[in-house]
Amino acid sequence: MKLLVPVKRVIDYNVKPRVKADGTGVDLANVKMSMNPFDEIAVEEAIRLKEKGVATEIVAVSIGPAKAQETLRTALAMGADRAILVTTDDAVEPLAVAKILAAIAKEEEPGMVILGKQAIDDDSNQTGQMLAALLGWAQGTFASKVEVDGEAVNVTREVDGGLETLRLKLPAIVTTDLRLNEPRYASLPNIMKAKSKPLAQKTPADYGVDTAPRLQTLSVREPSKREAGVKVNSVDELIDHLRTVGVIG
Amino acid sequence: MKCLVLVEHEGGHLKDATLSAVTAASKLGEVHLLVAGQGVGAVANAAAKIAGVGKVHVADDAAYGHALAENVAPLAASLMAHHDAFVVPSTTTGKNVAPRVAALLDVMQISDILSVEGEDTFTRPIYAGNAIATVKSSDSKKVITVRGTAFEKAAAEGGSGTVEAVSAAGDQGLSSFVGAEIAASERPELTSAKIIVSAAVGASRAAVDAGYAPNDYQVGQTGKIVAPEVYIAIGISGAIQHLAGMKDSKLIVAINKDEDAPIFQVADLGLVGDLFKLVPELTEKL
Repeated sequence: MKLLVPVKRVIDYNVKPRVKADGTGVDLANVKMSMNPFDEIAVEEAIRLKEKGVATEIVAVSIGPAKAQETLRTALAMGADRAILVTTDDAVEPLAVAKILAAIAKEEEPGMVILGKQAIDDDSNQTGQMLAALLGWAQGTFASKVEVDGEAVNVTREVDGGLETLRLKLPAIVTTDLRLNEPRYASLPNIMKAKSKPLAQKTPADYGVDTAPRLQTLSVREPSKREAGVKVNSVDELIDHLRTVGVIG
Repeated sequence: MKCLVLVEHEGGHLKDATLSAVTAASKLGEVHLLVAGQGVGAVANAAAKIAGVGKVHVADDAAYGHALAENVAPLAASLMAHHDAFVVPSTTTGKNVAPRVAALLDVMQISDILSVEGEDTFTRPIYAGNAIATVKSSDSKKVITVRGTAFEKAAAEGGSGTVEAVSAAGDQGLSSFVGAEIAASERPELTSAKIIVSAAVGASRAAVDAGYAPNDYQVGQTGKIVAPEVYIAIGISGAIQHLAGMKDSKLIVAINKDEDAPIFQVADLGLVGDLFKLVPELTEKL
């Protein structure tokens, strides 16, 4: 089967985000950008399914600025076969992203779409579920294990109380959680090879999707800081403080 | 504004996350509830007693037995014809279902709200809680998930809602439940605990990955968000993803050998030293 793997270019997970002084957003100028870590796990899972002979082709997709091409090249270097870049300079919300992906899924007819459960910039955790709704497909969110079994896929999900396994009819949507796998690093020869892999350029208009935002960001501020605490020098002093505030009797 | 709150329940019991979502919804207008499940009569009766609740819509059917999003979403979407906002706790169940409902309604969901600023304006955390955005929705219907730690729980008793059965929308035939490994424990669920002791061998990402703790004890951006009365972090340096999960705790106590560890920036009480000496001393003296 063919696998579709959407990937997003986001702030690198090691970078501490800084709120702009004018309160309009987070400062991304000259900040290191990378593939969303959950999407990296999605690419890795797709490659493993191909290595097992379950998948035949991996198509990576990104919706974002021209520089998202770098993110797609990373996916290609890891092992995706070809890529589609839907270029837009606007911030595209999960609903519009899901609509573009639904249009691509109708063209490409993948057996599964595997994507990260959330992007570490807007922390929405919506796109996969929305895509499943728009296509009328089953969804296996927060996956820690994916096993294709004939016309179905068994997905083990990380839920609040522990783990839960669902059996989904194919085609289906899978969103990845952190424990699904450990993504590989691309080797230098593969990074070189990725440069000549096919990358198609599209726009949201090609898919007839209106990307006008439904949510207007009025302001972005830093979270309220906790007041500076007290350093104590010994266990006895710690216990005294805990007694004073009434935590222990 | 008429709100429909999705009731979170398990094993015949209503879960606390529902009560925080009810509080958030009550800031928007009338509060009605949706109980979807199999054999949920007792849950529906408990839900009707939540303070301030109007109608409790109950869909009791095998199709809803395991809260499968494929089956619950169309049911919720059809009820939204008569409601203005769908308000859902930010639990793994809620986060699974709500965006599917939003897409069926062609609405952009507002995830994980921290406050209600007006009927269409909310605050929500972005970048692992390193920034707080105030957002205004232009959709005529709202779909909202609610961060439980940001809202007081509504009183579980004192209400007099009316229970009303709704006909099931049926099994969509897309998914089925195979099994679950739910940690059976005498301990309270992490998000409702009053005191949490979090040790490096207990709850950081690396520790979980190394197999030290079950994933439902994990705290952070993509794990649990907790705000207990007391949070004791032992040997935890305080990566931003971890801080995102616990910095709203009422009192934070940190023990760490590195005096520059980021955890001390959020701790109310800090003690620098070797946890292998200090913790036994502490437990002995308590």
